[in-house]
Amino acid sequence: MTDTLTMDRRSLLKASGALVFTLAGGGLDILALSPALAEMPQARPIAPTDLDTWIAVSTDGEVTAFFGKMDMGQGVDTAIAQVVAEELDVDVSRVSVVMGDTARTPNQGGASGSSGCRLGANPLRHAAAEARRVFVERAAQALDRPAQALSVQNGVVFVTAEPKTRISYGEMIAQGFDTALDWNEQYGNGLMVSGEAQPKSPLDYAVVGAPVARKDIPGKILATMEYCHHVTLPGMLHGRSVRPPVANAVPVRVDETSISHIPDARVVRKGDYVAVVADDEWNAIRAAKDLKVAWSETQPPFPGHEALHDHIRKAQKVGDNSVANFGKYVPYEPGPVLEAISASAKRLEAEYELPFQSHARMAPSVGLADVTGDTATIWSDTQKSHNQRDGLAKILGLKPENVRVIWKPGPGSYGRSDADEAAFEAAILSQETGRPVRVQWMRHEGHGWDPKAPAAVISCKAGLDEKGKLTGWYYRARGFSGWEVMFNASEPRDTLIGQLTGWERGKAQNYGVPGESYDFPNAVKFWETIAPLQDRASPLRCAHMRAPQEPQLHFASESFIDEVAAAAGADPIEFRLQYLTDPREIAVLEEVRRLSGWETRPSPALRKAGRLTGRGVSLNSGFGAYVATVCEVEVDEETGRVWPRKFHVAHDCGVVINPKSLRTTIEGNVVQGMSRTLFEEVRFDETAVTSIDWLGYPILDVMDAPEAIEISTINRVEEPAGGAGEPAHVTIPAAIANALFDATGVRFRRLPLTPERVKAGLV
Amino acid sequence: MATIRMTIDGEDRTVEAADPDMPLLYALRGELGLKGPKFGCGLSQCGACTVIVEGVATRSCVTPVFAVEGMAVRTLDGLARDGRPHPVQAAFIAEEAAQCGYCTNGWIMTTVAGLEENPNRSEADIRQMLTGLKCRCGTHMAILRAVRRAADEMAG
Repeated sequence: MTDTLTMDRRSLLKASGALVFTLAGGGLDILALSPALAEMPQARPIAPTDLDTWIAVSTDGEVTAFFGKMDMGQGVDTAIAQVVAEELDVDVSRVSVVMGDTARTPNQGGASGSSGCRLGANPLRHAAAEARRVFVERAAQALDRPAQALSVQNGVVFVTAEPKTRISYGEMIAQGFDTALDWNEQYGNGLMVSGEAQPKSPLDYAVVGAPVARKDIPGKILATMEYCHHVTLPGMLHGRSVRPPVANAVPVRVDETSISHIPDARVVRKGDYVAVVADDEWNAIRAAKDLKVAWSETQPPFPGHEALHDHIRKAQKVGDNSVANFGKYVPYEPGPVLEAISASAKRLEAEYELPFQSHARMAPSVGLADVTGDTATIWSDTQKSHNQRDGLAKILGLKPENVRVIWKPGPGSYGRSDADEAAFEAAILSQETGRPVRVQWMRHEGHGWDPKAPAAVISCKAGLDEKGKLTGWYYRARGFSGWEVMFNASEPRDTLIGQLTGWERGKAQNYGVPGESYDFPNAVKFWETIAPLQDRASPLRCAHMRAPQEPQLHFASESFIDEVAAAAGADPIEFRLQYLTDPREIAVLEEVRRLSGWETRPSPALRKAGRLTGRGVSLNSGFGAYVATVCEVEVDEETGRVWPRKFHVAHDCGVVINPKSLRTTIEGNVVQGMSRTLFEEVRFDETAVTSIDWLGYPILDVMDAPEAIEISTINRVEEPAGGAGEPAHVTIPAAIANALFDATGVRFRRLPLTPERVKAGLV
Repeated sequence: MATIRMTIDGEDRTVEAADPDMPLLYALRGELGLKGPKFGCGLSQCGACTVIVEGVATRSCVTPVFAVEGMAVRTLDGLARDGRPHPVQAAFIAEEAAQCGYCTNGWIMTTVAGLEENPNRSEADIRQMLTGLKCRCGTHMAILRAVRRAADEMAG
């Protein structure tokens, strides 16, 4: 591609003021494929107080909702369309949802904490209700009738007593709504607006609560949907990053002649970041492979994964607290609890070991950037485009208002994955080369260099009196901070290339404690964090991964409750019910007992001849939802294979918006949870991560999928929508481990429950 | 520059490859602009890049483009005919058997090749047919329902 062509493209952009780019090969104009983009290509001011920011209606009555979050594959956009359709009284098929484009959507905090429906739907619910009110008011004038005499059906306002006297939304939209909303002056998850109109009572819902077909599904199945990976820009370069063989080594010398045999390939360096760029993608891949780099000699940074948990036990504490993720510091005092436990008739102690885990997305990070002087446009499948825009502005030295991030769908992302990384690298490479750049990470980077779920050792102690009643409960989680990399990319220091180009890593500390309502006497729960193994640009830097730290925390807490129940000779569900106080937690536990046909008895089961089977229970509440899960396992003594044959899930997330996608979302929670419980562990030696592909880091295969997942959803119409993307996931590790104990009489306290580990434990 | 001819979804196509060892995936995604086959691992470990070459489900990320010279390649992009989804696609849509959908190409193309060869499959056969494909979102239950539905439909 020549500079002339690049100039032509830029003049075109300047001339039209529109976003125009083409798809590779076919020469298809994206505008022809994407009505949403075609309709409103201009960047426009985004003000939460302006109703037109949230909802647009075309003259033919099609509705577009602008949503400052995005869907990771659970159908959130369809749920949002349902909420908008409900309040506006239009058919849901006429509502499309634009997600996560910083030039077109308000900053609602992105995909975060199962908040798509829980929080993200609220401003749009109120905006849509207000839009309906404005239309009825305009219709009252146009039809010369009082508003009370009017009804609305599918975007048409008519006189209730004479339905032929009517006017449609499209005939009344004119230049928009021109209507102000009240705003709570917050951005992010808490952004809230309201107008004069009151949203409908949930008792009147017709569209919310219906199993509306997901809007994204046909495009995914028919290969018509455009993922971030499909975006191409005229004249773009393909970039590939070059990683050190020893994790903490930095480049000393780069031999550019080592890739001179590859046409158009060249090296770009900035700070300690090394990349190659080429016009042709395959050439960029070859160049990254062939490039010879002399790396610095360093002290190997890691203890190796077999020594990991000893390191965690012995390392100096750098942070602590007794509350979960976002709470302020609350002091705690373990002394009296330990005294109460040591004075008890029966004392129990257990330690649970959790590995580092990789997001290991289906495709590693991808991003495109076009940096032209003082403006930049970025295409990314980030979970949080507005935060990413702020971070990109900082690393590029541009004003945030001159940076636009266009979110495009990607492979599912479940937390602070590698999604932001390639966008930042593409931005730097575009700024350095003056060309648009597409960066695609390779598989070894996706596993080897993504942010990791933090490893931990969780210590539990408890005491029982002669009657099997708890006398004390001690819970200490100790691990790497889940905020070594923060949960969004608003600071360059929270990206790999940021740290490689001189931004010092952050020092925020967080792990967490379980939050269920057990009213244990003499209870203390707290967490401690330790320093990262490598101070800068580490492949083991830790961050949020689906239900941040909660699966780890609940593996320990919900396993230990079972251990105590077993020591007390009590049934695991009965034992929990003695101490629970929250009626919704009690309700899901009782519902799962009914659903699974639970046999009330202590664990373990009496061992029978033949295949070992058992059942286990686990509870979680959080993100506005309540979940209890029962797992039935089969254990093969010969091989050590644990197969969760069946799950029963009782799930209460308040009012249900779409029962069909709620069920598939819960299934996804369960199956990914199985994968993390049974198979997933980042392996590393003293120098680097060694589990850098799907063989080294296996995830669940279809041969291990359960036979059935039975789900009972409790639809609490009177309660606000809670989250569904994470709560069920949290219950899975302990449900499996408790079932494994029930089947074998052996307690396994280290994840994952690999066949080797289980076989060794059964001997 | 090597010129390689093949049939893609029933049409004669030509690919220009500077390096004949370049995997087929890069020709399909890059030069031909197809959206179905996707890059997931480049190691033949996940299946996101699967296409059907002469009736056989094939991982295009490790298949050199020269190796399919003169052969018939089918992709997800060309599976629907005259605006009608393939029965396997129809089943995946009915069961909403995708979350992020990035891996879906592999599951559908592997299923199409397997069921067109023999749609009479037990549950165990179906799992055996699909083993090795990766899905990170954990959509396996809906996928198994969709493949069961497609098999029943195709078996008639």
